[in-house]
Amino acid sequence: MEALYITLALPVCGALLFALVRDARLASTLNLFISAASFVSTLWLAIQVLSHGSMHSTHFLVDPFNIYLLVLTTLVGMTTAIFSRPYMQHVCAEGRCSIHRMRLYHSMYQAFMFTMLLALSTNNLGVLWVSVEGATLATVLLVSLYRTPEAVEAAWKYFILCGVGIAQALFGTVLLYFAAQHVLSSPEEGLNWMILYQHASSLNPTVMGIAFVFLLVGYGTKVGLVPMHQWLPDAHSEGPTPMSAVLSGLLLNVALYAVVRIKILTDGALVQSPHPQMAGHLLMGFGLISFLVAGLFLHRQRDIKRMFSYSSIEHMGLATFAFGIGGPLATFGALLHMLVHSLTKSAIFVTVGHATHIAGTQRIEQIRGLIRTQPEVGWGLLLGVAAIAGFPPFGLFTSEFLLLTATMQSWPWLTVSLLLGLGIAFAGLFRHLHPMVYGKAPQGQQAVRVNMVPVALHLLLVLWLGLAIPDFLSNWLNLAATLISGKGLL
Amino acid sequence: MADLLNLKEWVAVLGQLLMFALAAPMLVAWVKRVKCVLQNRKGPSLLQPYRDLSKLLKKEVRVAHTASPLFRATPYLVFSAVLVAASTVPLLQVHLPTTALADVIVLVGFLALARFFLALAGMDVGTAFGGMGASREMLISALAEPAMLMAIFTLTMSAHSTNLSSVIQHVLDTGLLLRPSLLFALLALLLVAIAETGRIPVDNPATHLELTMVHEAMILEYSGRHLALMEWAAQIKLLLYGVLISNVFFPWGIAETATAPALAIGALAILAKLVTLGMVLAVSETLVAKMRLFRVPAFLNLAFLLGLLGMLSYVILETSL
Amino acid sequence: MNLAQLGLVEQSIFVFAALALLLSFLLLFQGRLTAMVHVFAWQGFLLALLTATVASVEHSHHLFLSAALTLMLKGLMIPWMLHRLIRKLHLERHQERLQHQALVMMAGAGLVIFSYWVVLPIARLELANTRNIVALSLAIVQLGMLLMVARRQVVAQVIGFMSMENGLFLAAVAATYGMPLVVELGIAFDVLVAAILFGVFFFHIRDSIESLDVDQLTQLSEEER
Repeated sequence: MEALYITLALPVCGALLFALVRDARLASTLNLFISAASFVSTLWLAIQVLSHGSMHSTHFLVDPFNIYLLVLTTLVGMTTAIFSRPYMQHVCAEGRCSIHRMRLYHSMYQAFMFTMLLALSTNNLGVLWVSVEGATLATVLLVSLYRTPEAVEAAWKYFILCGVGIAQALFGTVLLYFAAQHVLSSPEEGLNWMILYQHASSLNPTVMGIAFVFLLVGYGTKVGLVPMHQWLPDAHSEGPTPMSAVLSGLLLNVALYAVVRIKILTDGALVQSPHPQMAGHLLMGFGLISFLVAGLFLHRQRDIKRMFSYSSIEHMGLATFAFGIGGPLATFGALLHMLVHSLTKSAIFVTVGHATHIAGTQRIEQIRGLIRTQPEVGWGLLLGVAAIAGFPPFGLFTSEFLLLTATMQSWPWLTVSLLLGLGIAFAGLFRHLHPMVYGKAPQGQQAVRVNMVPVALHLLLVLWLGLAIPDFLSNWLNLAATLISGKGLL
Repeated sequence: MADLLNLKEWVAVLGQLLMFALAAPMLVAWVKRVKCVLQNRKGPSLLQPYRDLSKLLKKEVRVAHTASPLFRATPYLVFSAVLVAASTVPLLQVHLPTTALADVIVLVGFLALARFFLALAGMDVGTAFGGMGASREMLISALAEPAMLMAIFTLTMSAHSTNLSSVIQHVLDTGLLLRPSLLFALLALLLVAIAETGRIPVDNPATHLELTMVHEAMILEYSGRHLALMEWAAQIKLLLYGVLISNVFFPWGIAETATAPALAIGALAILAKLVTLGMVLAVSETLVAKMRLFRVPAFLNLAFLLGLLGMLSYVILETSL
Repeated sequence: MNLAQLGLVEQSIFVFAALALLLSFLLLFQGRLTAMVHVFAWQGFLLALLTATVASVEHSHHLFLSAALTLMLKGLMIPWMLHRLIRKLHLERHQERLQHQALVMMAGAGLVIFSYWVVLPIARLELANTRNIVALSLAIVQLGMLLMVARRQVVAQVIGFMSMENGLFLAAVAATYGMPLVVELGIAFDVLVAAILFGVFFFHIRDSIESLDVDQLTQLSEEER
């Protein structure tokens, strides 16, 4: 548990520290160190979990389901910090963002990391809500960091829509607590996930059903499920690129994690009711719609970051759909999908950040010939998109293959729409990608200082996961799938 | 339930009618008096409205040569319609043969009848003011009536009857209950009453300013005993709303049996309630400025909303499933 | 449950809840921003009063604490902050005429009925005396959303947002006699931070589009720009 406390304390210290550090260069270096330290401490935590199994106290809970997400969060946090250092210096040099705003940026970066880690590790569903709302509050000023009218508008939309959405989740949490109060002897424990999980079957199914709908709509807004996704492309495209990387790679995952935790309780409560699969069906519906709609929207995008944010919606929709199918295979696939998607997507956003610096714009039609101007960026984008589109050697192929198999097993007819959606998304990505990478570079396009280490690291990890899943990870995923679907795969 | 053929009961009805007719000018005078005190003025005597009425009754009637017979008939029609309406509102005792015959919807109907003829008469002579007043009156009443019905439905839903006697009896039987629905209905009915009786902030009975007047514009062409009847009817209407509100929402003290001591207590109780209500009205009229005519719909929308909320909160909060 | 079986103090809880709903409707129709802030403050007061009443009925000390917290935060602090912002932004005399007033009112009434319908299965469980209020609190949440949809002015939208929080708080008090203390404090902290951030945002929006009308926020869309 000490490792967890350190993991949580580090970003808090960082957030407070950066509020005081005036030197932006020093702050970005320190940011990197703190992120790296967080990563190391979660690794330590992971080793503990490996040796002792899951652990939980009154306030915190670390089990196979969230440990891999914790490690993933700090990993992406660290690599994004690596990327953010030269990137934000470039932004400041361009004059889009003043030096003193960098204080806000670094402080909020760590605050955001804290809310993510807290949301993942807390055992209390109320605290989960508070930290997910806290994540909005921490990032909203970062989305508007450049203070352009578009950025302010995006941030306002983000703030209002997520605020409204998350309010529904709080209502759901109240209902959940209401249901728990009539089952548990000590009302104070009514939001303790572990205790609720043990008593899930005696929770009132009617109340839980209604609560789940509110919670799904609430956290689903944060996942970016259609039709509550309106904020997502705006916030991703107008905020600084490191922010897009962590929003896409982490925030969406955490929100989906919250939905799944609630689904476990709801499934437990609804076993005896006339609609035991209600939660799963809702997830399938929302997931499938998000997957298909986002795939179609990919085609008409003109802003590169906007395009990739729709791709995030698409993949989150797919994972949600898979969690909805239930069953060990689909759940295993969905968990893996969350992992590989966030690795790949943050790598892509890092590459996109460099690409927009090379081209000096985010408009797709003006980003041309990356592979000629700066081969590493061009290759990074090409491989990243290949990975996200689900090309074979990469991890997303594995997870999507698992998901397709699971769909074929339980809902054969829906396989058609999944394949169709994957095809549409593939076409949408590649029709934009091809000219960006191979097109004719405009006159005078210069290479910029880049750091491709994060991209390489992420893509190697994704490749590795595509070729072989290490034993400990498959074991964790299997345990998590057992927790979620009731049956293990292996 | 009172026996419909019992002569004594009908005497009670007649007595109530008489009391309504005689006490009505007094309430208006009382409100005026309190207002004067609040505004540091020396008010007229409480008997002033009686003197005005008797003076008008003695005066000669002048009728415009364009006026139709309807114009002459209207004062009598309006007066009697209001008076009949008043007979269905329990004043001193809960049960009356008239309340058994006519429920609260009939009451609303009689008041609407009176207003209909009033508006017709306003337009009859063909002067600009009459038509203007009539159209304004119709605008107000078209918005006030749904609000009033909404409030009344809330009441009748909780009492399971549209009969005023039963409603009052129900409130008496359940004792003091803080019902949100009744609170909303009371507020809605207060707003409606202000609009329907032409008080500030909807209309100002004390002015003949052509831009603002509503009720006064319609009766501008009347004189002599016609005018007296019109004024008197308006005064009775004010009293009617006062009695309706105080007896339905605060029925305590009203006579449940027709014995002399009970009736005396009932008389004292209604007197006290009306005095209080009159004071509340005077204070609110002193504090609030008259609103512009196009703001009146918002005012009455609020009344409607209150009625609606009353009904909803009855269903949501007070029914047992 | 029958209202007559409860004492006067319990009955007053229902009256407070109903009045809080009425205030939500008044917020919807109030055109002047300063008056809106006043109505919002009254709603906060009413909620604090209601919470204190529930606390005294249930003998719950921790509810007294959340009543005090609500009074401070929603009754005094946030209204005060909003007032200051309105003065700073020179919006004291700003008045907005609500479009389609009758339609909005009907929509509001529809939302109340909808909330009742949603919560009906829970109310049928007869688990707590105050459960009926859950429908009202959901209605307050929905009315806050309606306010944000119907109004084009950012300050008005923020008041709608905050009144949604009021509804959620009412739900917690009515359904479960408050949330655990950690959560309650966390929510209060979030609300406070949100209020401060909104204040910052007003200036950002005004600086970037020189207006505080969200209809001007139309830069971002799927259309070609």
